Amino acid sequence: MLSLPRYRIESRKTKALLRSIIKYLIVIVVAVIPLIPVWIMYLWLIMQSFSPKVNLGIIPLGFTLNNWRFLWSPLKMGLKTYPNIWPITINTLLIALGVSGIVVLISTLGGYALSRMEFAGRTGMMKFIIALHAFPSVILLIALFIILNKLGLYGKGYVTLLGITLVKAGLEIPMASWIIKGFFDAIPWDVEWAALVDGCTRWRLWRSIVLPLVLPGIGAISIFSFLSGWSEFLLVFTYVKDEAYYTLPVLIYHMIGEYKMVDWGLLAALGLFFTIPTIIFFSTSQKLLLRIYVGGVKG
Amino acid sequence: MRITRAVMKKIIPWLFLTPVIIFIILSWVAPVALTLYLGFTDLSIKNFLAFIRDFFTPEVHITLENFEKIFFGGDPYLPEVLKITIIYVVSVLAINAFYSLILSISIAYFLKHDYLSLFLRVSWLLPRITPGVIYALMWNWFIDPRYGMLNTLLSLAGIPKEMLPQSWLLDKPYSQILMIMVNGYIGASFGMIVYTAAIKSIPPDLINAALVDGANEFQVARHIIIPLLKWPIFFVVAWQTLSLLASYEQILLIWGAGGGGGYAGIARAAGVMVWALYSYSKAFSEYQYGYASAISVVLVVVGIALILIYFKLFGFSRLMAPSKVEV
Repeated sequence: MLSLPRYRIESRKTKALLRSIIKYLIVIVVAVIPLIPVWIMYLWLIMQSFSPKVNLGIIPLGFTLNNWRFLWSPLKMGLKTYPNIWPITINTLLIALGVSGIVVLISTLGGYALSRMEFAGRTGMMKFIIALHAFPSVILLIALFIILNKLGLYGKGYVTLLGITLVKAGLEIPMASWIIKGFFDAIPWDVEWAALVDGCTRWRLWRSIVLPLVLPGIGAISIFSFLSGWSEFLLVFTYVKDEAYYTLPVLIYHMIGEYKMVDWGLLAALGLFFTIPTIIFFSTSQKLLLRIYVGGVKG
Repeated sequence: MRITRAVMKKIIPWLFLTPVIIFIILSWVAPVALTLYLGFTDLSIKNFLAFIRDFFTPEVHITLENFEKIFFGGDPYLPEVLKITIIYVVSVLAINAFYSLILSISIAYFLKHDYLSLFLRVSWLLPRITPGVIYALMWNWFIDPRYGMLNTLLSLAGIPKEMLPQSWLLDKPYSQILMIMVNGYIGASFGMIVYTAAIKSIPPDLINAALVDGANEFQVARHIIIPLLKWPIFFVVAWQTLSLLASYEQILLIWGAGGGGGYAGIARAAGVMVWALYSYSKAFSEYQYGYASAISVVLVVVGIALILIYFKLFGFSRLMAPSKVEV
């Protein structure tokens, strides 16, 4: 370095400086500027929901809870008037809890068998589950519509919601079994050997030794399937025709068309209200969920 | 006693698996089989009830008409749908697979600051995490010419007023740009996560050695990182092709909600009617279940073929661990 003439060192320094300027320019253009709309949208949602009017989208003018009136007073949508938001919230909650319960119960059983038991066709079954994971379920809506009709789970209020819950759970089960299988794989065999040698039955082993060890995995799939049931739109939108049995996403969908331009505050508050579970779960267990969302089939 | 033990050992795994299998048959196998079958029928609102009562009713005919319509020009709107679908899949794929590559190199390699890069990563994930209907609500506000911010921002960036549309939802090239942007924001994070994990798993020695030898960071990105990301890139392209071909929920949500619920007419007018949405609208707003299924059958066949190709291309073990780098 020292033997180089001074001007060459200078020009190297400028080159390095130029390079790091270009580098940060790329970061700003590629990774920061496209995020401006995203940040604005989320800020708007929060500001608009607590404010009678916003300036430039994100600067609130005053504070109000009037936008949240749907929590305690009637809500009109088309020809239908709901007493308040809670009946619809309960419908949504029923689907979310139902999906979550079924998925956890069934995929924990299945995931354990896939992880720990020898049987003919084990590899084939795993391949099949991976293939299902890649296969887009949204194109099966017509056939599912006919199956629900045939099973008598269509057009009958809560029975329809039950049908949707079963179908949704079925759509989630392959991925959930795959995830929980990964958690079972991580438990050392020795723990189970010890118990089996001591004369423990497979069932007791599963219930009292293995299950507690995979609780984090169970937590993950239950949150994940809860959220996916909570925000399920297409199935309810397609199969539920009676407004009394709508869920929050479908209600909000119809409300957007009706209240757009008229009352953005109400829509923003409704949207924020609906997003609360997602926000809570993501801020408390983000690492677990991110790991799962990566494998998701969305977009 | 011994025999029963051996038998039990064979039976127990299936006891654990039976519920899984029942649900998979209900939600996956039966619908796929039924879609394939329905594609060859003339099921519509006229003979629907008879079909529900009896799957083998003589009122429903087996026919090849649907596929003739699809492949031999019986549906004048279908070429338009195909064109829109190709534009949609190719553009969003470019964002999901290649834009996100630059994005993850920027965030995970160029930017050495940990908190800043975490913040950017979480921001990019927001569109994916947000429930679809809320994402649609926010976009509907954002593109609104009077209340929203998109046109304001664009004119701040120096784009003349005449070039901004009256309605982003309806004015044609703009609506298609919107369709690509909306889905690109969701898809970019998929590639970003896969690539970021892969970049993080590159042994630091490899990069340091190159830096010591006098390579600059661009050369490292170009000659070390990108070649090592070959498999992750393949994986993202393959995976996203299939999920984009079949995706329509976000388009239905944004154009349907923005247009007051009549998604089919709006999507046609705006030129955002993609293949899967066309099938959906044929079934649920025109009640031509047979024809709609035939349109879906094309996707089912393409889907199954692509999945078989994935298995061939990636092998079973690579599919299970998509983000590992192979040096």
